[in-house]
Amino acid sequence: MYFNVFGEKVSRRRYKEMCEAAKNRRELIAAGLTSRRDLFKMGLLTASGMLVAKSGLSARAYGQTQTNNPPSSGGTNTSPGTNQNCVPGNQTASPPTRAFISPLPIIPLARTVSALSPTPTENPNTAAGEVRAAPFQAPQIDSTRFPVVPATLYKFTQKQFTTSGMSPDLPAQTLWGFDDGTGPRSPGPTYQAFYGRPQLTRNVNALPNINQVNNTGFGMPSVSTHLHNAHNPSESDGNPCDFYPAGHFCDQYYPNVLAGFNSDHAPNGDISESLSTLWYHDHRIDFTSQNTYKGLAGFYCLFNQFDTGSDQTGFRLPSFPQHDIPLMFNDKVFDPTTGQLVFDLFNLDGILGDKFLVNGVIQPFLNVEPRRYRFRMLDTGPSRFYEFFLTGNVGGAGSPTTNPYFLIGTDGNLIPNPIQVQSVRIGPAERVDVIIDFSKFAGKTLYLENRLNQLNGQGPAAVDSQLAPQNSSTTECSGVLNSANQGAIKPAGAGDLILKFNVSGTACIDNSVDPATNPSFYQLPSTTATPRIVRTFKFDRLNGQWSINGQFMDCNQFRFAVQQNSAEHWLLTNLTGDWTHPVHIHLEEHQIMNRNRVAPTVPTDLGRKDVTQLHPNERVELFFRFRDWLGKYPIHCHNVVHEDHAMMALWHVVPQGDNVAVP
Amino acid sequence: MPDVSRRKFLGLTAAAPLAAMALAKGAAAETAKVWPTVTEESARRRLQQLNLPNLPLVTHEGKRVLFYDDLVKDKAVSFNFFFANCDEVCPLVMANLARVQKLLGNQVGRKFFMYSLTLKPEEDTVEVLRHHRAMYGAGPGWTFLTGKPDDMEKLRRAIGFSYPDPAIDKDKTQHIGNVRYGNEPLMYWSACPGMAHPNFIAESLAWMIHPDQSRVQAS
Repeated sequence: MYFNVFGEKVSRRRYKEMCEAAKNRRELIAAGLTSRRDLFKMGLLTASGMLVAKSGLSARAYGQTQTNNPPSSGGTNTSPGTNQNCVPGNQTASPPTRAFISPLPIIPLARTVSALSPTPTENPNTAAGEVRAAPFQAPQIDSTRFPVVPATLYKFTQKQFTTSGMSPDLPAQTLWGFDDGTGPRSPGPTYQAFYGRPQLTRNVNALPNINQVNNTGFGMPSVSTHLHNAHNPSESDGNPCDFYPAGHFCDQYYPNVLAGFNSDHAPNGDISESLSTLWYHDHRIDFTSQNTYKGLAGFYCLFNQFDTGSDQTGFRLPSFPQHDIPLMFNDKVFDPTTGQLVFDLFNLDGILGDKFLVNGVIQPFLNVEPRRYRFRMLDTGPSRFYEFFLTGNVGGAGSPTTNPYFLIGTDGNLIPNPIQVQSVRIGPAERVDVIIDFSKFAGKTLYLENRLNQLNGQGPAAVDSQLAPQNSSTTECSGVLNSANQGAIKPAGAGDLILKFNVSGTACIDNSVDPATNPSFYQLPSTTATPRIVRTFKFDRLNGQWSINGQFMDCNQFRFAVQQNSAEHWLLTNLTGDWTHPVHIHLEEHQIMNRNRVAPTVPTDLGRKDVTQLHPNERVELFFRFRDWLGKYPIHCHNVVHEDHAMMALWHVVPQGDNVAVP
Repeated sequence: MPDVSRRKFLGLTAAAPLAAMALAKGAAAETAKVWPTVTEESARRRLQQLNLPNLPLVTHEGKRVLFYDDLVKDKAVSFNFFFANCDEVCPLVMANLARVQKLLGNQVGRKFFMYSLTLKPEEDTVEVLRHHRAMYGAGPGWTFLTGKPDDMEKLRRAIGFSYPDPAIDKDKTQHIGNVRYGNEPLMYWSACPGMAHPNFIAESLAWMIHPDQSRVQAS
């Protein structure tokens, strides 16, 4: 049996090809022949960008190429825990913190307000300090259904605050968060939103202005809040190029309406396009990574008549919020002498932390009842990928155990039926909804463990790990693998134990649906429509500059025009052999048609997506519809460090689209 | 081996109960630790120490300067790396920067300072820098810099112009073409591609001069 890094079975022939490709790649790197120009010159790269199959370019002793050593940094970077590969040689390890002594914070639900002053207006109220690109689109479509001032209103004020909640072993931290009227917090309050109930959020920037700087060393108090995954009109989407400083606000209209409502599924939209786990975060161009790292992110849970939030109705999923718990994962670094949260501002590749947080706390625990829970798991990055296993018997007699659980949603959207999995992998900005059944574990302790090997901002240990044999019978590549890089997946119990579950109490009544009975959720929308156009996007690095089709982000340029209410295929390609890009596209979700022309098989690839992992040397074909709304949106890498360094392009939806195939 | 030591550390903080308990004891002792008070000034000093070393450099006019004290402190600035005989990315970036300087007008030299640092200090003498600078019509406020090779290398790494892959990092034809920009006293730092449209590079740099401005663009 042979597997690739995604756990997919591959043929023996394919496996050997992969071994050879990795070996070639390492030799080429060792020989300094890594630009495409060089490879062309040497006749080693075909026009389609694939490495020519070859053997024996032993430009350097093989042993020298095996280790994944970081650039030399004059011997200053040797302390344990240092993220050697992801920072320019000057980042030190965080101070020690105790694990599993703080409870997991359950993020409170956002509080509505009865009125906003001044009253929201269809056109941006610039006189009152509002910064918005255009009038609200929804009331123009149907002002009865989408009144300019909807019944559900929120006022979210972005503020600086201090908290000592991250760890009792660290000093109080200065963060940026959202205040719904109950005090600033990070993660921000969780929206509980409903289809058919439009809402409006006034996003106020009250971060320290430039005259009251109080900066902790990173973060730009200039914001644009994006509602990630929402089928939203562009003026309320939170575009990276529309930002505003302290003292200003933006009213954002969230219609909570299904895709297709104003086109092919009028008037209510396509139920198969239902969304459930969305999130909001700052998207200020060039500063998104710092600002989200500093705390500007939160959940937005969207319900309807099927996904009701009650285990008594609809799909009978575990009840929100008691047994349906959003989990926000991120990794961070703290200064060893001051204990303060730090961010490497001078990094281009991607940033890894050595502390793992869930809902703002380092390695918390959660007491659970022996019953089913739904967890909405979000990776906010900046650059880390996770592969989550449910590990038991840690430290007990015998080996740690790996326990299966059920995947029910990808990027927060329910898949047609639950899939039992041993693990799921997510990258920055991706979400998965899972059901864990603790009923068999009363009195026991389980851990959510990240077993993915990631050494730097490039993505999961890339080239070598793709070859990692997942069973011991595969030995052909043993000469290619090296001990410093154990492969993609660490052994059970040897990864990062991030969240501890104490299963306490006795068996209880559980009305929620048992995923093992194979309940049905939404069917996938059809992808058979003929695309109006196929567009290609090459994600690349040109002299250290992140690019899409050889071009760079420019707020003043729309790279292409999508025709409103049309279908398109997009080909995302990654010619590099060592970077993984989690690619996010705003406005509508997509489905993955194929990876390198093979239909996807990994469970997290099978549903609707708004972020697709683009792996090294890969071409992914996506199906899109662009319905209902007009205006500008971006496509970008959601490794937020790449995103902040121009791996983004703006496009727009217009009545008559263009035919730019390589935008 | 660095990778191993890192894994060991992560294993220690997060793995087997024995290790976790041992660590818990250690960390419990640390709770008595009094953390130093952090101020805006100390955060700024930290950034200086890690990323903005006060190394001695020489300008295209042969003037000796200190990187932090003379070039960066209290200023809004941009940095990029180049070398005079580079025929790949440098000419594109430098030509862009020449346009950027025109777009920013007389703010350069007063409110904003542009710095181009050589990757080949052995070749790029003061004379070469001066000649090269004239070729791009650089005006006041755009300074070309060289220094001791070791210092230039330290600086390159400190301000984030290195690749994670040492083989690529050594290859100067692939050197990083980004323009790093920042406002030192406010601690705002980011970067943009030097090969981006000069209008947008100029706009990005101007955010550091006027960080309190809003931006919207109708579609």
